Amino acid sequence: MKFSPNSIFMYLIAIGVIVFVLAQSAFFLVRAYRRGRELGMSRQLLRRTIVSTAVFTLVPAVSILLGVVTLSKFLGIPLPWIRMSVIGALTYELPAATSTANALGISLSELIQDPKVFSAIAWVMTLGIMPSIILPPILMKKIRSGMVHLKAKDSKWGDIFMSALFLGMISAFLGMVFADVRSGIAGWIPIFVLLCSAVLMGVCALLIKKCGMKWLETYALAISMLGAMVFAVIITPVLA
Amino acid sequence: MSYMEKTDRLGKLWIWTAAVVILLVPVAICLYYQAWPEGTAVLKGLLGVAPIYWTVGAIEVITYTPMLGVGGTYLAFVTGNLTSLKAPSALNAMENADVKPGTEEGEVISTMAIATSSIVTTLVIAAGVVALTAIAPILDSPVLKPAFDNILPALFGGLAVVYVGKNWKLAMAPLIFMVALFLAVPSLASSVGVLVPVGVLIALGAGRILYKKGWL
Repeated sequence: MKFSPNSIFMYLIAIGVIVFVLAQSAFFLVRAYRRGRELGMSRQLLRRTIVSTAVFTLVPAVSILLGVVTLSKFLGIPLPWIRMSVIGALTYELPAATSTANALGISLSELIQDPKVFSAIAWVMTLGIMPSIILPPILMKKIRSGMVHLKAKDSKWGDIFMSALFLGMISAFLGMVFADVRSGIAGWIPIFVLLCSAVLMGVCALLIKKCGMKWLETYALAISMLGAMVFAVIITPVLA
Repeated sequence: MSYMEKTDRLGKLWIWTAAVVILLVPVAICLYYQAWPEGTAVLKGLLGVAPIYWTVGAIEVITYTPMLGVGGTYLAFVTGNLTSLKAPSALNAMENADVKPGTEEGEVISTMAIATSSIVTTLVIAAGVVALTAIAPILDSPVLKPAFDNILPALFGGLAVVYVGKNWKLAMAPLIFMVALFLAVPSLASSVGVLVPVGVLIALGAGRILYKKGWL
């Protein structure tokens, strides 16, 4: 069988995986929506959750697509399409491909034509990320019962505990933005972008609270993110 | 059986099926093209990434599961892009809906957000793949590069206003620590995933002290 990373066979595998992911997502979406209605949550609230998330997701989704573009230069389109739709992120897939290429002593500067090299990369990408799939079902019971116990023992501390989890994540990423400041003015660009996003979110919050523009809640995060990205495009040529 | 228990059971069924589907991809490639790679090549490749990504994977499961809820976790760990998309989606949706993580309402909203985000991402990538020849030069253009390079600051700036603003006392200690750490050791930026639980532990420690003193 003549190998090509862009063969119809590879596209068929990709379509199969994509259908699976869509089916799983649709299954959980419908189930959660129905449960929300049973709990007395309004249709309006549930629909707003869907619309707000869909709008907010568009821009990061395009950046994930950029990952497909990057990987497609040497892996073709179907495998990156699969990997970026399921568990993958460019930050993992690229090192995995590079590590395998280095082990095999080949370059990733052009489309791979050797099926053994291609399959080796596919295996490393797959096995390298398997704990993320295997561990949730194994650890779920322990983590859940721990959370239930925590809430039952002291509900206020339970709430603080949950907030601390989110703040731990946010502070790690906020701190990361400061990593390049010692490299000169260009290293400040991420901080300016962060501040721009924060200011835009602040303006949205003011408009929602003071001007009664409740509908803006749905789009506030998308607006602040997109606005800050446009700001990055404008200031980078000036400062870098 | 309660909704949560049933979600757990169904979630396990879906995620184990997903594990099989994901493993079948390289198996199918090897079978169809008669191209089984040498074990040593795979092992060497894995050695370059597995130590760090298996560790990060385990840490992420422990850190994110309480935030995302049962359904959200089973879905988010299959569809990926956890820190850059799924966790912020769930966080933003729960904040907008005024529900708390860990409650059944929080579970509903978090699952809906992660499911919607997964569907939209999958459809955007699929549409992009269809039109890849036309859009690749645009996405790859140097003009747009700063926008995609700065997607995380653009995302977390907005999120921080909402979350840090609401819990500023709790946020101070992990924020100051993280800023100081990254200023001192900039190379850690590539391992930010490992530092999330460090931030969590500091926030928890500070939270416990503030709570005991009655300042929260």
